[in-house]
Amino acid sequence: MDNYIVAMAVFACVYALLALGLNLVWGMAGMINLGLVGFFGFGAYVSALATKRGGVPIAAGLLLALALTGVAGALMAMVTARLRGDYLAIITLGFSEVVRLVASNEIWLTNGTDGISGIPGPWRGRVTPEAFNLIFLGVAVTAVALVLAVMQRVRHSPYGRVLRAIRDDDQVTAVAGKHVLRFKVEAFAVSAGVLGVAGALWGHYTSYIAPEVFVPLITIYVVLALTAGGTGNNWGAVTGAFLVVFFMEGTRFVTAAVPGLKAVQVAALREGLIGLSLLLILRLRPAGLLPERLPRVAS
Amino acid sequence: MSVPLDETAQLVVNGLVAGTVLAVPAIGFTAIYAVLRFPNFSLASHITIGAFAGYVANTLGGWPASAAVLAAFVVAGAAGVVNDHVVLRPLRPAGALTTAIGAVALTIVLENVVRFAFGNDLRGYELPIRRDWQLGPIRIGPQQVENLVIAVLAMAAVFAFLTFTRTGKAMRAVADDAVLAGLKGIDAERVARLTNFGAMGLAGVGGVLLGLDTTIDPLTGFRVILSVFAAAVVGGLGSIPGAVVGALTIGVAEELSLLSLAPAYRTAVGFVAILLVLTLRPRGLLGERAF
Repeated sequence: MDNYIVAMAVFACVYALLALGLNLVWGMAGMINLGLVGFFGFGAYVSALATKRGGVPIAAGLLLALALTGVAGALMAMVTARLRGDYLAIITLGFSEVVRLVASNEIWLTNGTDGISGIPGPWRGRVTPEAFNLIFLGVAVTAVALVLAVMQRVRHSPYGRVLRAIRDDDQVTAVAGKHVLRFKVEAFAVSAGVLGVAGALWGHYTSYIAPEVFVPLITIYVVLALTAGGTGNNWGAVTGAFLVVFFMEGTRFVTAAVPGLKAVQVAALREGLIGLSLLLILRLRPAGLLPERLPRVAS
Repeated sequence: MSVPLDETAQLVVNGLVAGTVLAVPAIGFTAIYAVLRFPNFSLASHITIGAFAGYVANTLGGWPASAAVLAAFVVAGAAGVVNDHVVLRPLRPAGALTTAIGAVALTIVLENVVRFAFGNDLRGYELPIRRDWQLGPIRIGPQQVENLVIAVLAMAAVFAFLTFTRTGKAMRAVADDAVLAGLKGIDAERVARLTNFGAMGLAGVGGVLLGLDTTIDPLTGFRVILSVFAAAVVGGLGSIPGAVVGALTIGVAEELSLLSLAPAYRTAVGFVAILLVLTLRPRGLLGERAF
């Protein structure tokens, strides 16, 4: 049971990273990423391949995931930055599908749908599984703290103010002399990099990744986490991530208690509940649990 | 590298047929975008709903394919109106992107409703088995021809509706300039409902046409949605003739990709096409004018 709780805490940290990454683009800059599972998966594959095939240390794998996912994000943003946000929605959704296609079919590189197993984790095998779990929880919490600190810094800085200005009206921001295109591309790249690191951590923790892991439902989990927590609020993103993991696990017990359902119906019920709760929150409390409060500006 | 001419011709024919079928849901996607100004990703689940409605009519009701298509149109269209009214319309004041997020959540819910009712098994329509026709070097199946005819008829109906009826003209007016249309006394809510009915109905028809060719399952709509986006973006998001041109382009490109790529990458062709068009000609082949 203790192990279960620790594992859930690690997953919650990974979701917290994803929600923080999404908050930078969606919460602060108002750009949408409906394919964030693609960046998550891309980062997981980059780090898994670099450490397992390339033999580089895990820390280098994480940095590589950060860099390459960031580049992929920058490319998506550059193609769509001048267009309405709808195009970014479409293109990110497409990107996540292409990542899944490539992961499923480039068997020489990714081992196809069988996935990659035996991804190294810090001190895995040299300590007891319980100790490994705790060590990894430490790593994950550190990562969340680090990213949270950076994101808070961005939020309170003039840079974050420009991002919010872009969110509220990018034309006015451009008229005010800000290079909107550059801000958009940079924010999207950094956000994608954070998503990539989250994916890398996920792979190193579970030691196994496969294309079927990176389903579009994960995108919904993360959007749900951020919306429930409070779009625009970094602490809200972290809180929302823990709530969503708690909720997801809760639905596991509730749906299992409904008598007379087939396994596929239980799965359908759980997934449907996730989608439904996002719709309800968007409708009933769109600002989330911890609504964004704008940082005070010294006058 | 030399490719046999016959093989290329065959692929082009297959691509044109596939593209014509793809154009039906693509018109739906682009029409909703033109009138309501947001990408309605829940089109994916309405394709699936249509495919299953047609399946029930075909296997349980014993209706032939052409009648099953009508059942799919009505069921998916009605579902589209209800879902938009209950779920998406209240989100619209929060902005196009929030509504788009809501549409993704909606599609997950609907897909799982279908999964809950029908399970994950692959299902096929009951169709008479017929021999392919041979025209010179080109083979074509009677079912392909039937799908082509149904798709062309559906599109002809759309264009006739938009050109000749008062309601069709009202729709175009709203797509052109919603504020001006409102000043002229056009009821935007009514136009929105009609657009949703027609567009999601077309998505449903597309679902049946896809199902007639292969099999259906709860992910039927999701699998084709990237090609639908690609068709709409390549043609010019919001342009109905553009959706047709885009769909034909994507259909042919997907088939021709088989000459040099593994079949699994067919759907990636759409993504590459989106990237190319957005980089080189962001307004799409025909621009954004609705009609």
